[in-house]
Amino acid sequence: MPETQTKTAAPTKPQLFSKGHGACAGCGSAVAIRSILFNLGPNIVVSLATGCMEVVSTGYPDNCWGVPVVHSLFENAPAVASGVTRALKKRGSNAIPVVIGGDGSTYDIGFGALSGAMERNEDMIYFCYDNEAYENTGIQRSGATPKYAATTTSPKEVGGKSEWKKNVSFIAASHGVPYAATASIAFLSDLKKKIEKAKAIKGFRIITLFAGCQLGWKHEPSLSIEVARKAVNTGMWNLYEIENGVFHRTVKPKQIEPVENYLKMQGRFKHLKPEQVADIQQRINANQTELDKLETSAVNLSKIL
Amino acid sequence: MTLQITSGSKAIAWTAANCGIEVVAAYPITPSTVIPEELSRIQPEHGYEFIPVESELSAISAVIGASAAGTRAFTATSSQGLLLMTEALYNASGMRLPIVMVVANRAIGGPLNIWNDWSDAMALRDSGWIQLFCKNKQEAVDTLVQSFQIAEQTDVPVMVCFEGFYLTHEVSPVEIPDKEKCLSLLPPRKPKHTLDPANPELIGAFAGPAYFQKYKQEQLAEFNNSMPAIEKAAQDFENKFGRKQIPLIEETSLQDADYAVFTMSSLAETTEELVETLRTQGKKIGTLRLKCFRPFPKKLVAAALKNKKGVVVIEKDASSNDQGSLSHDLKEALYENNVQLPVLSCVCGLGGKDVRQKDIERAITELAQGKTETIWL
Ligand SMILES: Cc1ncc(C[n+]2csc(CCOP(=O)(O)OP(=O)(O)O)c2C)c(N)n1
Ligand code: SF4
Ligand SMILES: [Mg+2]
Repeated sequence: MPETQTKTAAPTKPQLFSKGHGACAGCGSAVAIRSILFNLGPNIVVSLATGCMEVVSTGYPDNCWGVPVVHSLFENAPAVASGVTRALKKRGSNAIPVVIGGDGSTYDIGFGALSGAMERNEDMIYFCYDNEAYENTGIQRSGATPKYAATTTSPKEVGGKSEWKKNVSFIAASHGVPYAATASIAFLSDLKKKIEKAKAIKGFRIITLFAGCQLGWKHEPSLSIEVARKAVNTGMWNLYEIENGVFHRTVKPKQIEPVENYLKMQGRFKHLKPEQVADIQQRINANQTELDKLETSAVNLSKIL
Repeated sequence: MTLQITSGSKAIAWTAANCGIEVVAAYPITPSTVIPEELSRIQPEHGYEFIPVESELSAISAVIGASAAGTRAFTATSSQGLLLMTEALYNASGMRLPIVMVVANRAIGGPLNIWNDWSDAMALRDSGWIQLFCKNKQEAVDTLVQSFQIAEQTDVPVMVCFEGFYLTHEVSPVEIPDKEKCLSLLPPRKPKHTLDPANPELIGAFAGPAYFQKYKQEQLAEFNNSMPAIEKAAQDFENKFGRKQIPLIEETSLQDADYAVFTMSSLAETTEELVETLRTQGKKIGTLRLKCFRPFPKKLVAAALKNKKGVVVIEKDASSNDQGSLSHDLKEALYENNVQLPVLSCVCGLGGKDVRQKDIERAITELAQGKTETIWL
């Protein structure tokens, strides 16, 4: 992947997420929020779910947001945003309703509310910043945590998490939403294109943004972007979009690197045995084959009912 | 104003629509189901947004979003649905959102039971919502109109409680307040804070120990100071529609009574009828009906009961402390106002059990004999 990918979208506009938020140094999720807002611009209304990004940015009397934000609970942001969406429509506003939620609220506790909003095809853009655990409460496993990763509720003593990660983009696609995409904080121009595309579409759009947590993943704060890039280069995270049910890879590494290169960067995988690494590698290989088949087959996922 | 022969649920739906609601989100549950059904059916006539959400938690959440975005938002529910909303109800009042919700009161399982009692609303008595318990369909409809005014004047959300089945399903004549008059009482909402990109604000901040308690103290002080707004809304409604309104408490034959029956909701009608009969027998009994359960008008209640020999509390809920919540609150009100009198708490009507006048009469007799241990009628 060309390294310039990460350099093309350096913010020059006034930042809409700034003013001294309290995220840890090197927080990939904070990069995600800043990039999302940078690309969306100021004419949006954000419904924010409880989680690290909310806690570090909304502490009274400070407010890091240069756009309107409503924060209610951990599990209800898609429903809150449904109300916002309808209110803006009723009042004739052209502001874009946006949801920002972590993987905990997206994959797990707010999943019903998310599914409902997708099924109703609410006219909003949903961003999940996926840092693969409940970071705010101290790094517990979520439905987005990768298999074998150690968290405080899937500790190394039990061999890490015993289940594979869910795929929220495909779940979204089976709701028939017009746009579901993945993205990464290491591929900002890819993210930019996706946000621009999403902005031009009506209906429910969802972008799941791989955005790490150095504290939970246990690596040097300075490595956050490297780790995110390595996830894509090893096939641990894939960049694609599903537009009106049609799958398309937006960034595809020419050569998939061994997953070990990714795993060894992070303390959360430190306890892995060779056969576990092999298990992950096998899964990635199979996944790559299936994704390639899907791309060439022209299968329309939204037509599978 | 049009006289309609209809059910309480339809009357509520039509009235809500006449109040200029802009966003409705609701989820079906017996016995409030007909309210969202009817609101979805008449939506094209009124043009509000109707969101058929996938749960009650999402219903109240969508209403929170719509209200934060500056619109007049409405929902209705019962029982399990209300309790599923619990977390968001505290959140809504904490965010000072003027949401109005109708609760068709129903028991809470288990065992599963779909019939009426007050347990659902009672479970939310500390949620920071104004709770108005209505005596009949007409009062529920009239109170609903007033509730939008109360909520938008005070930034305190309002729960209009009326009894499942007895009032939701009863078909009888009811005056539906017409839209023009409702809207003249309820001008378009002008929120102090909203979600406007031209003036970005954060609604729903995180507050640490340095601010949280202070915020809560102020919020609850304003909540407790909402009674004048409740009275004002009743007065305005009365002036506009010419129908007598009860904002806080209602006394019937109470002045010269020896013993009082203290109750809420449609039980007041049952009791008032009984009192009328007892009066013809020369028995000096009166009724004090509480309309405004939250905030609890402690001084008014204590003053109304001051010279009585005793009071029987008839209530359709039981707290785990061997009596109902209404009794707890009454005792607190009396104690704080130095009124000492025997109180007999009667738990009745749970899960739709019939409450008979002769049971209430028996309770009065037992109180007169000095009994004050809770009885289950
Ligand atoms: C109903 C409820 N359960 C639990 C919590 C505690 N809680 C707050 S944030 C959070 C985890 C958030 O995880 P995620 O959505 O992944 O965001 P992150 O903190 O990782 O950014 C939890 C468990 C809560 N606030 N509400
Ligand atoms: S704990 Fe993780 S997600 Fe939270 S602020 Fe720190 S680095 Fe970011
Ligand atoms: Mg997370």
